[in-house]
Amino acid sequence: MKGLASYWRLIPQRYNLIGTECHHCKEKFFPPRKICPNCRRLGEIKNYKFKGLGEIYSYTVIHAAPDGFEFQKPYALGLIKLVEGPLVTAQIVDCKPDGVEIGKKVEMVFRKIFAGGKEGTIRYGYKFKLVD
Amino acid sequence: MTGKKVAIIGVGLTKFGELWEKSYRDLITEAGVKAIGDAGIDGKDVQEIFVGSMSPGLFAAQEHIGALVADYAGLAGIPATRVEAACASGGLALRQAYTSIISGTKDIVVAGGVEKMTDVPTGLAMTALMGAGDEEWEAFNGATFPALYALMARRHMLEYGTTIEQISMVSVKNHANAKHNEYAQFQFDVSLEDVLNSSRVADPLRLLHCSPISDGAAVVILASEKKAKEICDNPVWITASAMATDTLALSDRKSLTQTNSAILAAKDAYKQAGVTAKDIDFAEVHDCFAIAEILAIEALGFCKIGAGGKYTEDGHTKIGGEHAVNTSGGLKGKGHPVGTTGIAQAIEATFQLRGTAGKRQVKDAEIGLTHNVGGSGATAVIHVYRRD
Repeated sequence: MKGLASYWRLIPQRYNLIGTECHHCKEKFFPPRKICPNCRRLGEIKNYKFKGLGEIYSYTVIHAAPDGFEFQKPYALGLIKLVEGPLVTAQIVDCKPDGVEIGKKVEMVFRKIFAGGKEGTIRYGYKFKLVD
Repeated sequence: MTGKKVAIIGVGLTKFGELWEKSYRDLITEAGVKAIGDAGIDGKDVQEIFVGSMSPGLFAAQEHIGALVADYAGLAGIPATRVEAACASGGLALRQAYTSIISGTKDIVVAGGVEKMTDVPTGLAMTALMGAGDEEWEAFNGATFPALYALMARRHMLEYGTTIEQISMVSVKNHANAKHNEYAQFQFDVSLEDVLNSSRVADPLRLLHCSPISDGAAVVILASEKKAKEICDNPVWITASAMATDTLALSDRKSLTQTNSAILAAKDAYKQAGVTAKDIDFAEVHDCFAIAEILAIEALGFCKIGAGGKYTEDGHTKIGGEHAVNTSGGLKGKGHPVGTTGIAQAIEATFQLRGTAGKRQVKDAEIGLTHNVGGSGATAVIHVYRRD
């Protein structure tokens, strides 16, 4: 288990979906990239706050969970296609796993991800829920 | 890379499985001694060692593997390097050893792979394996490796109509092959029903779609063309060594259903070897999950993109089919000590080209290929082999 500093420094990204945008080619990146793979040194990278809206691109329901997630199983994990373009790996919550389908619209919610380490410090971040 | 050739002149393999009585260093030493004996050389002839190992730090609390391996081989003094590219560590070690000989600086080089995975609880093993993906953006959110491949499987099923039965036939075939491999972890058949009814891991993938957690080691001895012709009467020639990379996280790929790294590496490998997909008699491919074999045979051009499920169902990847795939039993049947797998694949290619694969021998095998993938496809290493 990594120490807390590794968690703290990603709080903006994990709490508020702050990624980056290249102002040269307009491609948006989540997770953030500091080098634009399209434009390289011509790229002009700035922070970009994603709306947190998208649809389910693919999903699975996890029955064999890693350490830290044992008490959540079974849980749905998806690739969410954000309306701005990038795919994000995140849990899909607030519904039964069999309610999850490719193409359904989702929005970001702020949730506990897991409690880590001997001290049980809670890590928070984004998950997604279905929207009607 | 034309003109210079590199030969495999000796191979050594441990049995794969839950080897409680054997340690990390026991495994690699056993495989090394067998390989040296098979090559008929003296240990002192070895000029350099490359060893693939994915995560000895987490699996065995041991790093500094290059020196450890040279030390316990009784060869302390020569250069020895650990190579890591997740599940493609072994394939990459082979590539480094190949490059060392091609560069003209060495004549006899060892490429090994070793992993000791069963000394830690399953949860920690899963955490270690997830290090092959993106720790900050996949693992943090609860992703596992079966889950990443399940995400690919679901898209493949949607985009191409691939069925769970077709995916399951990969496991059935690979177990049938493993039955005839004395080194395999699972030397028994499983039926289609067994696979479809096994416990859920990450939907739609079930336990019998997944390669196991395994201990094991493998070693090959490589020699330059000049040296091989002097000392070896059954060399197997490596005619291509290619590697390509892709984004670390699955979410950054342009497609979930095409392994771009493998497509690029295959293109390079076919060019180096002067062959096409049609010429490949057999291939050992990276079936860490059953869907991965379908992605592999498509990336290698054995069938069209999207047609891998049907191609498998039609039996073209069985021994005796157009392209025999995973005659060893693959990662599913033989076992998958991660850093070892790339070397073990080269050893199956050697057995096939020497004609010593027994009941799983591909008739008149002349050209073979190995396809070793790291993570969800961020690394692909492909080698092509031929007999004289």
